[in-house]
Amino acid sequence: MTTKLLTALLLGTSILGSAGVAYAEDVTLNIESWRGDDLAIWKDKLIPAFEAKNPGIKVVFAPSAPTEYDAALGAKLAAGSAGDLITCRPFDKSLELYKKGNLADLSSLPGMENFSPVAKSAWQTDDGKVSFCVPMASVIHGFIYNKDAFDKLGIKVPTTRDEFFAALDKIKADGTYIPMAMGTKDLWEAATMGYQNIGPNYWKGEDGRQALIKGEQKLTDKDWVAPYEELAKWKPYLGDGFEAQTYPDSQNLFTLGRAAIYPAGSWEIGLFNTQAQFKMGAFPPPVEKAGDTCYISDHTDIGMGLNAASKHADAAKTFLSWVASPDFATIYANALPGFFSLNSSPVKMADPLAQEFVSWRGKCKSTIRSTYQILSRGTPNLENETWVESANVINGTDTPEAAAKKLQTGLDSWYHPAK
Amino acid sequence: MAAQTRPKRPVRWHIGIFLAPAVLVYTAIMILPLAGTLQLSLFRNVSESQVFVGLGNFRTLFGDPNWSVGFWNALRNNVWFFIIHMLVQNPIGVMLAALLSSPRLRFAAFYRTAIFVPTILSFVIVGFAWKLILSPLWGVAPHLLDFVGLKSLFTPWLGKEQYALIALSLISVWQFVGIPMMLIYAALLSIPEEVIEAAECDGITGLSQFWKIKLPLILPSIGIISILTFVGNFNAFDLIYTAQGALAGPNYSTDILGTFLYRAFFGFQLQVGDPNMGAAIATMMFLIILGGVCVYLFLVQTRLRRYQF
Amino acid sequence: MSTATRSLPRTIGAHAILLTYTAIALFPVILVILNSFKSRAGIFGAPLTPPTPGTFDLIGYTTVIGQGDFIHYFQNSLVVTVASLFFVLLFGAMAAFALSEYRFRGNSMMGLYLALGIMIPIRLGTVAILQLMVASGLVNTLTALILVYTAQGLPLAVFILSEFMKQVSDDLKNAGRIDGLSEYTIFFRLVLPLVRPSMATVAVFTMIPIWNDLWFPLILAPSEETKTVTLGAQLFLGQFVTNWNAILAALSLAIMPVLILYVIFSRQLIRGITSGAVK
Repeated sequence: MTTKLLTALLLGTSILGSAGVAYAEDVTLNIESWRGDDLAIWKDKLIPAFEAKNPGIKVVFAPSAPTEYDAALGAKLAAGSAGDLITCRPFDKSLELYKKGNLADLSSLPGMENFSPVAKSAWQTDDGKVSFCVPMASVIHGFIYNKDAFDKLGIKVPTTRDEFFAALDKIKADGTYIPMAMGTKDLWEAATMGYQNIGPNYWKGEDGRQALIKGEQKLTDKDWVAPYEELAKWKPYLGDGFEAQTYPDSQNLFTLGRAAIYPAGSWEIGLFNTQAQFKMGAFPPPVEKAGDTCYISDHTDIGMGLNAASKHADAAKTFLSWVASPDFATIYANALPGFFSLNSSPVKMADPLAQEFVSWRGKCKSTIRSTYQILSRGTPNLENETWVESANVINGTDTPEAAAKKLQTGLDSWYHPAK
Repeated sequence: MAAQTRPKRPVRWHIGIFLAPAVLVYTAIMILPLAGTLQLSLFRNVSESQVFVGLGNFRTLFGDPNWSVGFWNALRNNVWFFIIHMLVQNPIGVMLAALLSSPRLRFAAFYRTAIFVPTILSFVIVGFAWKLILSPLWGVAPHLLDFVGLKSLFTPWLGKEQYALIALSLISVWQFVGIPMMLIYAALLSIPEEVIEAAECDGITGLSQFWKIKLPLILPSIGIISILTFVGNFNAFDLIYTAQGALAGPNYSTDILGTFLYRAFFGFQLQVGDPNMGAAIATMMFLIILGGVCVYLFLVQTRLRRYQF
Repeated sequence: MSTATRSLPRTIGAHAILLTYTAIALFPVILVILNSFKSRAGIFGAPLTPPTPGTFDLIGYTTVIGQGDFIHYFQNSLVVTVASLFFVLLFGAMAAFALSEYRFRGNSMMGLYLALGIMIPIRLGTVAILQLMVASGLVNTLTALILVYTAQGLPLAVFILSEFMKQVSDDLKNAGRIDGLSEYTIFFRLVLPLVRPSMATVAVFTMIPIWNDLWFPLILAPSEETKTVTLGAQLFLGQFVTNWNAILAALSLAIMPVLILYVIFSRQLIRGITSGAVK
């Protein structure tokens, strides 16, 4: 017994001793990220492209799981062990880090001039004077559909809500396919793929969103309750047991060819391309009457900032300038179809589905998710409550009116916009 | 009692030496950081500096419906979670241990090993495996119910407000039943052979032997597993987190103190963490558990002692 | 040996209950492992059938093995677990002995103090612990994890062990004292062997949360060289969340080493328990 423990201990110390081998000479930059999915792309494409041009700087992409990212990053920043480069969530989460002094001011970083004010707005102070993250990509909401299924059932791509529900009815009546692949188990699907996807058509994109922030509109107004009313109507078209269907379940349901329509974010494109064995198409959220202006959620989603405590700030800035360059934009947008570059210089994308999504920017008006800017600063948190209530509405445990009322009451308890 | 009344000796250094390593490591790495965190509950962050607010955070926690509703909901769910463990996990554990300890039972080693297997699995694995099994997409659960002709009983348990917490409690029971089983098993084995033989001479065998002779003897161990279950349940977090996410859906129906605390302390998605309110919740959890442990130490344990030989 | 008169129906009943429960306990594990050897279509088409030549597929495993150095992660987990376990048992038993054997001023206060740690999740001290590790340069070393787990395991170990140590007979210890043995010898030579069964129990309880912990590896030692197997598996799950082949393979790979370790260890554990029982 004792000898065994002793050997184990010795084994332990010997491995401990060799664990701390440091890299010599080269500066090594660590990237904190929640995008574990992109590990291969960073390792095989992006980092080699950068390192080839910048000898002496090594870059390591070190992602953690999306659910733990914020908590883990917060702890590491507070203690001073976080990586040099921080992948930024949009709006208040990053703003908070900047205010705490965790993110450095990047307003004068070479390359920032490549971005429009709208692109930069997700990572700026409220007065717009300081930028603290380089914008990387935005994602667009819409619906991806199984083209084979539509052809087989003779369904035309719907442009109005009536056509949309007619299509759903037809698929349901036929019975081969589940009309729509979405679950409420993970909550955020209902809010993000549901409410924020179809909502902008009701609240007229930026107009409604700004009015809500200014306090001129309320979540209990018709334009904000109506999307919930539509969501409530989705219930009969979802798969059996959708209440316990997780996000990966929904993805599998669609890519296995069992469901016809998938309320989507453009980030799905890459994965769907590799997994689906059928042809796919996409359409923007249907409008009320043919010819109405359409609005899409074109959400600034991901950026990259500099850890203010980084020991290699210069090297990190070199890297960030590269992230701001058209070079990076081209590699990134093509390696990750569906993450659309925010760079002002147009990026050529090869993927047809990604092209379809991005083409909506031309014919529809863009907005971002309604809950992200300013409105999720207090307790209760509007975004989190929207997740819960959107799922409740689809599950039928709350009426659209009740859900809207709860959200507005929560918001009123801490948010008092100056009129 | 074990402690001896010996004549006073000058300085008993060995006591210090026996205690020192544990006390040092424990104080430096656990108590000091935790104390640092708990004292945050008396402060509030006002424009990036910590201001002393006394019990202000606790007033917010109990007075502001934005916090108190969530707290009471989490506490209620947590109590349920504990009750289900006490009613299901511990009786099953005792029963399995009693069966296993019966003399000359074949395959006892196999059963014992197999039943303990779920306990050694990580929450990541358990949460994921059960999510897959209960998933309406994969359909293992409906398939199984179909075997026994009960397919109509299938509902998406994890997604329904009225079932989700019970389902998760039972998963947790499934995972941890090995612990009471092992502790009781060890206690049953350490009952002296003579006691059992004496009972058998008196004609007390089988079930009545268990109720009349063995059960009173293992009461202290049952006390220990109850308090361990209590502490474990009120600190639980990982299973709910891996299976239902930090928002503990649907509609917060599986929110327990651990997940409530996690969201407050570390934040979640757009919600920015509030260490001060988080610390206030942690302090409450600490007081609840401390209360339970004190009840055990001062009421239950002293009473149990009397039954010992 | 007592010749218990056991009726046949009762034995059958006992086996029936135990077998049923064993099936419940093992079913999810077996399900995961079986399906990990199947193709995607096989997994979704017929989840309850074992792999057939038509559905047998190792694609999940090739994906997993191509992704991370799981053997290395496994070594890390092993080192951390064994070392922490050693310190928890040694320090815990020493402290438990002091508390249960000697009457001194502040004894019960000390007992309560050492039990405090069971009541608050150590996760809450994260920031301060991390600061401590950063200050001492231990971030991204296994030492940091071992220290934290030792501290985390001590309260429960002391709590359980002192319960058991109170049951060790006084005559034995007093006999030792009369023979002129030092207190240290009494502890290491006389008392420790007697409490082996409870040490084994504590070992299992301490080992499980250490092996399965996700949080501290993520915070204190997330680097590639120090990653533990649980962290590796979690990252993997996050990355391949829709690829069920890979997920089931990763879950199986995470289950199997623990399972093997446990089967080996459980013999020791039971031997410890039974040897303690035979007086």
